Amino acid sequence: MVNPHNPLLQARRFRWWEPVLWLLAFAAPLALPSHALIINEIAIVALFALSLDLILGYTGIVSLGHAAFFGLGGYAAALFAKHVMPDPLVGLAVGIAAATVLGAVASLTIMRGTDLTRLMVTLGVGLVMLELANKLDWLTGGADGLQGVMMGPVLGKFEFDLYGRTAAWYSLTVLLVFFLIARRIVQSPFGATLKAIRDNRLRAMAIGIPVTAKLAQVYTLAAALAGAAGALLTQTTGFASLDLFEFHRSADVMLILVIGGVGWLYGGILGAIGFKLLQDVISSITPQYWTFWVGLFLVVLVLVGRDRLFRPWTWFGTGRKAGAAPKAGGH
Amino acid sequence: MLTILFDGVAYGMLLFILAVGLAVTMGLMNFINLAHGAFAMAGGYITVLLMQRLDVPFLVCLPLAFVGTAVLGGVLERTLYRPLYHKAHLDQVLFSIGLVFMAVASVDYFVGSTQQIMQLPEWLKGRTEVGSGALMLGMGHYRLFIIAVCAALTVGLQYVLTKTRFGSRLRASVDDQRVAAGMGINVNIVFLSTFAFGSGLAGLGGALGAEVLGLDPSFPLKFMIYFLIVVAVGGTSSITGPLLAALLLGIADVAGKYYIPKLGAFIVYSLMILILIWRPQGLFVRKGGK
Repeated sequence: MVNPHNPLLQARRFRWWEPVLWLLAFAAPLALPSHALIINEIAIVALFALSLDLILGYTGIVSLGHAAFFGLGGYAAALFAKHVMPDPLVGLAVGIAAATVLGAVASLTIMRGTDLTRLMVTLGVGLVMLELANKLDWLTGGADGLQGVMMGPVLGKFEFDLYGRTAAWYSLTVLLVFFLIARRIVQSPFGATLKAIRDNRLRAMAIGIPVTAKLAQVYTLAAALAGAAGALLTQTTGFASLDLFEFHRSADVMLILVIGGVGWLYGGILGAIGFKLLQDVISSITPQYWTFWVGLFLVVLVLVGRDRLFRPWTWFGTGRKAGAAPKAGGH
Repeated sequence: MLTILFDGVAYGMLLFILAVGLAVTMGLMNFINLAHGAFAMAGGYITVLLMQRLDVPFLVCLPLAFVGTAVLGGVLERTLYRPLYHKAHLDQVLFSIGLVFMAVASVDYFVGSTQQIMQLPEWLKGRTEVGSGALMLGMGHYRLFIIAVCAALTVGLQYVLTKTRFGSRLRASVDDQRVAAGMGINVNIVFLSTFAFGSGLAGLGGALGAEVLGLDPSFPLKFMIYFLIVVAVGGTSSITGPLLAALLLGIADVAGKYYIPKLGAFIVYSLMILILIWRPQGLFVRKGGK
């Protein structure tokens, strides 16, 4: 008799390389002090991609407006630091809370309809947030952005320095905490129900999964994580602008996730590293036109197929095997 | 007030011409194509560049914009789009966003990022005013021209869809691809010609709209949401749905920006979200279709 919990428990075990990866990540700001700023950015983008993975990779909701939560978290944290108190952790909690509330409300919009409808409403929520941030200029500074955000030291001890080392460790720590939470969640029975909904919604409903409630829960959770990422960004840069809500942010994070691998928590992290390095290299060659290469990369990625693009050894193998590479269906 | 209504109708008609190709291709192939605006931009740039550099008259440019983008659409359909029809929606979204990024960056590179200015011929400038007071109706001649062209196109499209043999093939393919193929309809050809024609219409719309909507490299991103609203709200099963949705959107947008400029596009987006929560399949859906 096989215990039905076994596969879930097995997946929960840590692989040997996972602690190594995290140790390397935390050592990176020490080893490469001049790159601490970009490490900080990678950690933030990775957290953002992680949150999108929860809804896109694990639940199969294609969202083009995930920046709404990112931006709201960022603005909430920045405003809190400016007007109430400069403590980063309390600010982070405020950012997360704001994004969670928006996520809970917005989760009502993604319950029904086709992929197209969901795409539209997520995009719409993102645009509404952008318009709000733009028009409420007495609060957000409008198109000029919110300036003069001064952060206090983390835990009252660690001041943010100019080189971004504290910022990098702060973001990495938050990323690690949320990664562990997300890891625990997707490997729990709750995570299994999400995957069931992704693979076949009708069947999931038929075996008694309350699909609507689960969707609302995971969407709210993902919004909270995205809010945390946004809060980290404004806290470590001391600046919030409309750019937080822009469409390209939602598109970029989707690209990051797809580079790294959808439906795999490390996908967001690896994708963030790959994307940021790629962006750094390309934009140092052509600062103005680097979006062209991102676009080309996306087109090639989809046409060739992710599985084949990152496995060069399948390019010249027997045609049958390479052609029959399993294609993960989104629905 | 009537003037606003009039401008709204002109704007809505323009949006309809821009988006109708998208509605048909989405309904036909179930393909989420975010790059539709790139074709419109191509049409706009063809017109503006021909007029500026080669002094081609405006009325000659319009058919050229249509043919140019239709050919472009046909080639892209055959080479890039077709392999993706049966892939997941996520792949289609990524692919078309990639195309948009490429289009935006290439136009920026080759033409420059400044807003293009369209020199209208003399007979299209000017404005006629009818009535007085609150009921005054001011009609810009160019907008009148847009309405006339778009109305003619709409009637033509409706005729082609409902009365011709190609129209019935197209409708059969939309309703059920497999059965249509089984009945001996060459679905691939129907797809190809529809896609090319839809892209051509987008190009024509872009050419007509260059003066009204403004034309710069970020055009596909700026108006993507508008095209998608027309399609999502109007539904993809007929062309009257998108037409009504486009008119509604045009009037709501113009009126919203005129009366409550502080809220800007906020009204349109919120309205769209509410409508889609209320009727996720769109406002005007035909029963019985796929």
